[in-house]
Parts: sequence; structure tokens; C-alpha cells
Amino acid sequence: MTPPSAREEVLGRIRTALGPDRATPAEVARDYRLTDGRPAGDPALLELLVDRVEDYRATVLRCPPDQVDVTVLAALELALGAGWARGDVVVAPGLPAEWRPDGCDVDDDRPPVQLADRAASVTAVAVAIAETGTLVLDGSPACGRRALSLLPDCLVCVVTADQVVGSVPEGLARLDPLRPLTMVSGPSATSDIELQRVEGVHGPRTLMVVLAG
Amino acid sequence: MTATVPPKAPTFLGLPTAPRGVGHLRGDRSFPDAAREALRDGQLRANLGHATSTIRGKRGRVVAELPDWAQLREAGRALKAATMARLDDHLEELERQVTARGGVVHWARDAVEANEIVTRLVQATGTTEVVKVKSMATQEIGLNEALEAAGLDVYETDLAELIVQLGEDKPSHILVPAIHKNRAEIREIFLRTIPGVDPGLTDDPRHLAMAARQHLRERFLRARVAISGANFAVAETGTLTVVESEGNGRMCLTLPETLITVMGIEKIVPTWRDLEVFLQLLPRSSTGERMNPYTSTWAGVTPGDGPQEFHLVLLDNGRTAVLADEVGREALHCIRCSACLNVCPVYERAGGHAYGSVYPGPIGAVLSPMLTGVEDNASLPYASSLCGACYEVCPVAIDIPSILVHLRAEHVEAQEKPTAEALAFRGLAKVMSNPRLWHLTQRAAKLGRLISRGKPTLPNAMPPPISGWTRSRDLPTPPKETFVESWVREHGSGS
Repeated sequence: MTPPSAREEVLGRIRTALGPDRATPAEVARDYRLTDGRPAGDPALLELLVDRVEDYRATVLRCPPDQVDVTVLAALELALGAGWARGDVVVAPGLPAEWRPDGCDVDDDRPPVQLADRAASVTAVAVAIAETGTLVLDGSPACGRRALSLLPDCLVCVVTADQVVGSVPEGLARLDPLRPLTMVSGPSATSDIELQRVEGVHGPRTLMVVLAG
Repeated sequence: MTATVPPKAPTFLGLPTAPRGVGHLRGDRSFPDAAREALRDGQLRANLGHATSTIRGKRGRVVAELPDWAQLREAGRALKAATMARLDDHLEELERQVTARGGVVHWARDAVEANEIVTRLVQATGTTEVVKVKSMATQEIGLNEALEAAGLDVYETDLAELIVQLGEDKPSHILVPAIHKNRAEIREIFLRTIPGVDPGLTDDPRHLAMAARQHLRERFLRARVAISGANFAVAETGTLTVVESEGNGRMCLTLPETLITVMGIEKIVPTWRDLEVFLQLLPRSSTGERMNPYTSTWAGVTPGDGPQEFHLVLLDNGRTAVLADEVGREALHCIRCSACLNVCPVYERAGGHAYGSVYPGPIGAVLSPMLTGVEDNASLPYASSLCGACYEVCPVAIDIPSILVHLRAEHVEAQEKPTAEALAFRGLAKVMSNPRLWHLTQRAAKLGRLISRGKPTLPNAMPPPISGWTRSRDLPTPPKETFVESWVREHGSGS
């Protein structure tokens, strides 16, 4: 007889530990807030998102839906200072054409490390959660692959009003857990020195949010 | 009457605990011995006091913001309890889902087996260096030491882990392993150990973080293998989750060709929806933020995005022994937020090293002895004043004080010979049930006044076995007269 595999053994130990008459788990009461009560895109939610994102020391620029491209340019101008070149900015391949400033580089299947010397990247988001100031990127063509929103030192995210929900449960319900997801709440930060928050470690040190609508 | 032999650890059903000689669950000294030394370190106490009071304030503010915190906490507790009751089913489902999405699942009975699996997987890639995301499970099993023994270079990438690694130190906190170091000490470590670091480095935390960024950037870009832990794994979808702040986690989870994730079997949740609870509870409890800067999730392998080879190592290492303890199994609900450390008066003064395990503080005082078997960490269940602050802040409502008491009882029952303490209490019971003996003893106790020489407490240095009690407790100097004597003096001895 072959000895039991680690898999058999660990599962067997669990069954021993729980015993023959283990309790049937009780239904979990989800009596916490499932919704914020306000519909996605509600003006008050947009205000809340701006407040929460700015609290992480990110910058928010608001614009009408038809002025995303110029606002993205303004965000890049603000973040990168004088003397930046459009070719140093790389955008997600599926970013809507009307949001894309002319002359920017479009991400392709180059080795991801080649994105490291780019000054900034521009992506869309899949959903934004107002209460926690969280933007979620889902690896779709508009959000780009994960390296794109990670390696350039400045990340510009375009959020449309209809993507802004109130609470964490509402946000997660809109996401596909089979996609690689990145939830972004402010710029890269650390609290490792004396538990004091410092922005900017390995991820983008500057986060700019363009909120359209 | 037949003598009854106390059953030894009756609830553990003979399930194996974490093996000795590997990993970091056992200290080389008892808690009181280690704590006494830590208490003499004024700098350590100042650093810990400053850091824990900062984080307590932040946590309090963001928890108070949520009107439904109590409901979230109860849901978190209930979800974990329900998950444990079907742990085998959920793990099998997770394995199916991860495998279906291109991942490879490995099972490890203990630290030794997990270290062997990971070493073999790294060696199979042909690389000699790996980057690591901070992970409690890999600390617990001593993975770095195992990889280094196999000739591999291991780079911790979390800032605090880096400080610990460069300083050849040990972690002292679940979330902030370098909490015992202040900015000046960190600057000194960086100046001494980072090649080519700016000699003008200041102790400004921002400046220090930038030095770490520069130091690790090249390493991230050339790394071919990364090792991570997991905060959560969703059984129904095979989705793994890592919660972090700095982006070092994203670097490791995104750039290398191969990702190896080591996860304790208790980190599983049944459904994607369950994360709506834990992603609210965890960041507010740990760093005191509404949300941590980065949360990454992935299911297996995604073509064209991230590592194309993914291994998941499911680790037991004593967890099933904890599961067999009906009182103690609640400790497996822990989501490693470290809120209990930050409120604990014992942790705040003694620091994390005194616990001797990678899991310090109140949760460590219950988890470590259960993972190793209580006799291998026998002093830890006593490393608490049972004040209950840990239970109050725990985001999944683990009743740590009750488990501490339960483990103390287990330790006492495991003793084959009566302890000095047990003998002393047996004697006390005799004295207190006999008025004459009691009065005599009280009078005799006044001799203690001679020893204390006018000080309010007796000296701590007493001969054994009394020293076992007095070295960590103050005994007040007995009063000049007993209560009964002063009553008689003031009111007379009549009725």
C-alpha cells in the first residue's frame, strides 16, 4: 500500500478534527449595509469620492464628459511639470480614443519591464468606491495589464460618473473575480516607520484622478 | 477510590502539531525571562509606546466612521466559523478552481514539507534569487532559512521586512515587523548595509522609503521568481488576494515569470462576496485606513498579464490540531490585522520579541501554543492580564481571553507532578478553612515587614519557589495590623 499523499493526510486530519457529527454552518446574516442607498453616479457620491481620494494625497480633476482628453493633459502637466514629452506617457490599449491625448505611446505586448522608464501611464477603471476612495482596475483593455498601472511613476486614472458606487459591497458586486484585479486607494504608501503614513514607495508615487461627469 | 489520570490534551485527537527544529514558533526562553530584559530597554519601550498609540488613534477614528461595524464584525465571525465547519470541502473546491485556471496546487503537512516543495519549485526554474512579499506563513515555517541553506538568495521587499533582514533582526509585530526600531535606528541600518546608499541620508521617513525604493527597484525588474503569502483565497472562484501598501506586493505578483504562494489552510473564504466583509474589516483594523493602498487579486494564470506559472502551497503545520480544539479553533479565524497587539498593555511594554514566535501579542499567545502544542510554549498563555481589550478590537470577535484561560487549564492538567503554585494554593485552602490557623498565619505574615524595611512592597528577589511568584508580581508589605485587629482596636471585641 502506498502511504497517503499530503493531500489525503491533510484532508483526513480536517475530518478527524471536525469529528463525525460536525455542526451544519448557520446561515450568515448579512445585516450590514449592502448599499449606500444612493445610486451610482449620484452627485453626493462623486463629492465623497473626491474627498476620500484627496485624503490619500492624490489629486482629482473634474471635467465634463466631453473634455476628458484635455483634462488628462492638464493632469499630466500638473504631475510631470515642465518639459515632459508625450512619448513618455503610455496609455492602456483599450482607452477610448476620445480620451487619449495625441502623441502618447500605446501599450502593447512589449516585456513589462520596458514600462519602467516611462514617466506616466493613463488607464480607465472598472469601478470606483466612494466610501473608501478606491479605484479598481480589472485588466480589461481599457484598464491595461497590471504592469502598466504599476511601473511608471505617475498613474492617471479616468473615472466616469456612472462607475462611482457608494460602498465596498456594491463595488465588489460589479467585478469579475476571475480577472486579475488591482484595487488602488491613493498612491503607493507605507506605515512601516513609526506607523506614520508616507506616500510613495514602490508603486506610482503620484496618483491623478480625472473624474468625468 | 481509583486515582484518575488527567487526560492529556483531550481535544487534540492526536493530530500532529508544528514540528520542532524548523520555523519560528518557539522562543529559546520563556516569556517572563525574555520580557524582563525587554522591559529594561527604554528605547524599545519608547518606540513601541509611540507607534502603538499612533495606530490606536487611527484605528479608532476609521472604525467609528462605519455605522455598521458591529454587524460587519459579527458577519466576519460567522463567516469564518461557517468556513471552518466545512474546511475540507472548501479546500477541495479551491484546488479544483485554481487548477482549472492554470495554477498548480501543492499540499504540505508541515513546515519541513512546505520548505521542500518551495525549494524544489524555485530550483526547477534555474534561478538563484527570489523576491518575497511579506508573509506570516513563510516566516512561520522559516522559508528564508531553508532557501538560503539551498544556496538561494532571498530578498524581502516589504520595507519593514527589509529593515529586519538588513539589520539581521527578528520581526516583532505582525503588520509592522520593525515596529521596535525608530527612524534614527533605521537610518543607521540603511547606512551600514545598503551598498551605494546616499551618505547624506536623513532620518525623514520619506527619505528612508526612497532609499528602499532605489535599493529594490533593479531587483524587482530582474526577478524571475516571487514568493508570496495570501490574505484570502476564494474557494468558488480560485481567486487569491494579497492586501498591501507599498506596491512591493504588486511588483512580486506581476513581474516575475513564476509566482509561488504559500497559504495556511485557514485563509480560505467560500465565496467572492465574503470579501465584501473582510475588505472592510481588515484595513480599518490594521493600518487604520479606510482602505489599504493596494489589493491584488488573481485566479490562476492570465495570459499576457503577470506570472505565467503559478503554484499554490496549502500549509497545515499544526492548524488541524488547532481545529480539533473546540474552544481554541476560533484562533484560526484570525485575519492577521494586529489590532490586538496594538491595544495590549503587555505587548506595548514587552514588545514582540519576548513572545519568541512570529505571532506575538494576544493572538500569538493563543495561536503559537496551539500550533506547537501547549507544552512547547507553556509560558505564553500567561503573558496576559486578561483585560479583554484584544477581544474588544478583534474584527472577527475572537474571544482571546477565554482561549487563554482554556490553555492555562490545559497546561496545568498536563503537569504530572503538582507545581509549587498548586501546592501553595492547596496549603492556603487549608489555612483559610481554619480560623485559628488563619490568625496565626496572618500574624506570622507581619514578619514580612522586617524584610521590606519600610518600603511599600516586598523585594522581588525571594528564594525559590517563592521567586516564581514574586519575580513578575509585587507583593505589598503586610500592614501593621490585620483588619480584625484594627476593628477590635476601634470598636472593641464585643458583638
